[in-house]
Amino acid sequence: MDVLVTQVFNGLSGGSILLLAALGLALTFGQMGVINMAHGEFIMAGAYTAFVMQQVLGAAGLSLLVSLPMAFLVGGLLGVLLEATLLRRMYHRPLDTLLVTWGVSLILQQLARDVFGTAGVDVPAPGWLSGPVEVLGFSFPRSRLFILALAIAAVVALSLALRLTPLGRRIRATVQNRQLAESSGISTRRTDVLTFFIGSGLAGVAGVVLTLMGSISSNLGTSYIVDAFLVVIVGGIGQIKGAVIAAFVLGTVQSWVEYSTTASIAKVILLALVVAFLQARPQGIFQVRTRSLA
Amino acid sequence: MSEFDTAASRVSALRGRWAVLVGFGVAAVLLFAVAPAVLTSFRLGLLGKYLCYAMVAVGIGLAWGRGGMLVLGQGVFFGIGAYLMAMHLKLADAGADGVPDFMALISSSGVPGWWEPFRSGWVTLVAILVLPALLAALLGLATFRRRVRGAYFAILSQALAAAFAILLIGNPTATGGSTGLNNFVGFFGFSLRDPVNRQMLYFIAAGVLLAMLLLVRQLMVSRYGELLVACRDSEERVRFLGYDPATVKTVAFAVAAMMAGIGGALFVPIVGIISPNDVGIVPSIGLLIGVAIGGRTTLAGPVLGAIAVAWAETSLSEQFPSGWTYAQGLMFMLVVAFLPGGLASLGAVRGLRRKIAAADPTVAAETADGDPAPVPATEPRHAHGGAQA
Repeated sequence: MDVLVTQVFNGLSGGSILLLAALGLALTFGQMGVINMAHGEFIMAGAYTAFVMQQVLGAAGLSLLVSLPMAFLVGGLLGVLLEATLLRRMYHRPLDTLLVTWGVSLILQQLARDVFGTAGVDVPAPGWLSGPVEVLGFSFPRSRLFILALAIAAVVALSLALRLTPLGRRIRATVQNRQLAESSGISTRRTDVLTFFIGSGLAGVAGVVLTLMGSISSNLGTSYIVDAFLVVIVGGIGQIKGAVIAAFVLGTVQSWVEYSTTASIAKVILLALVVAFLQARPQGIFQVRTRSLA
Repeated sequence: MSEFDTAASRVSALRGRWAVLVGFGVAAVLLFAVAPAVLTSFRLGLLGKYLCYAMVAVGIGLAWGRGGMLVLGQGVFFGIGAYLMAMHLKLADAGADGVPDFMALISSSGVPGWWEPFRSGWVTLVAILVLPALLAALLGLATFRRRVRGAYFAILSQALAAAFAILLIGNPTATGGSTGLNNFVGFFGFSLRDPVNRQMLYFIAAGVLLAMLLLVRQLMVSRYGELLVACRDSEERVRFLGYDPATVKTVAFAVAAMMAGIGGALFVPIVGIISPNDVGIVPSIGLLIGVAIGGRTTLAGPVLGAIAVAWAETSLSEQFPSGWTYAQGLMFMLVVAFLPGGLASLGAVRGLRRKIAAADPTVAAETADGDPAPVPATEPRHAHGGAQA
């Protein structure tokens, strides 16, 4: 029983971290078709934003709350910069965006190493997030619960924004039929930029959250980017709910496999499971029905 | 097809064949006569290392440039070949029933069972040729048959590289962990300390590379090569014509994996070390930049690009350690975004003019240096709409 509760919680917690890292990708990769390898470095930028905020403000609690919107802004602006300079001319060859953004990610990592040093830096968690919470005799770390709550809040906010706001309507219209959206008077160009801003901003938020998990260094992004892409692939493109389910399923599977084997074996088994899953559903959990051949 | 057209295409095919023959002749003279005479034995060893990377690049050129498969996990196949060779060398150095030195240091349980077959040189050589190709064939069939492709395939191959590196680091008693395997003494009975033997290794690498280029050249001009390009440009149409694109693509992927494995196997005795740093995501994707710069669809471009990039890396990172990463990142950004055909496409403007005069579509496939649209639309146009596979 003890093991069960701990493992389920670990799965949910791991899944919520995966979800935060993958949510922005679900937007930029899933909806726009751009494979942004620099997404991981936007996460890293968010984490370093939290570090800088803490150096400036001092108080851990206040700086965490300030860092969340700041990191959203930093990540989003980096994304807009990338979109406006490089990606906008590459929408018709999505595979090449992978290599171009890989170059960007190499540069951002080296920049972080040159500015912040190669050693990891710590961002101490505020007092109200340290220590465990006791529920029914089980203790859960407060920081993990905070991450879980934040992940859920981000999903809810994003899906509400997509469903209810004018911007969300424009994004959905552009995704569903670009030409028709354009002829209805929607500026698809501006919609692309805004979508990229939101998606990259979410990466920044994920970065702030990761500072609660341990020290941060320049290779923070690389350790999450592949898993995040796997989440989007398993979830199926074009829909947020696929990413949500996939993140929690992958998180749970990983925590169980890790429990019965080792972390390194777990990675291999997880990849094998993803390949096996794609045999059954090559387009992920949720498939957008189209009449295109694929 | 008028008679004139066929005659013209025959002439240009003949011209292409001569160009290739001359190219191979020049390459052979450079590699076998000029380089050993000009370079010091240290520099010749470095060139041998670049040739190993070039072997991987030949395979990438086939799979990515010709087949449209963005292979981001070639480090895995390179690593399998390299580790197999390294295991055999370690066991051979330890002598019959001996335990390799690093293993004796960190564990007392002796040689793991799955190492034992590689005491035999023949088993090792066969495994180097077979295992990478087999793994690639399995992964290729599993994904291509279900029409998983494009970005999905690229990310899966990248995840494979990540998992492989993590697996190597996680098992230090069997694979040397993050330090990897190094300090080899002999190579199939020859001492690696002897400069004559080291030069012989370089000659082997050069010969293998030329043989690979000949093989890829044959594949390119064969009916199979045409099918592969057709799969890249319009997979659905190939399927409607009655071919199975999954098989066509799997063959190219497996051949590319085999070449990477051979490159890895030769890398070990030439360089003297193999570690997870040579096989993970970063080196795997790093192998692509040379191919992109040289021209991914051409025959010689990937090789020249890979050698040039590896040479630049050695000379740049000697002087500015962090500068190389910036340079690599910039190359990825600028070349792929603004010069997707690589440097080879700069000559295409000249070739294009000639081609309009000849009005012959086979020139591009034959000479491979005058391809006016070297970059395939690897995804259908509607991909932007978010509805792609």
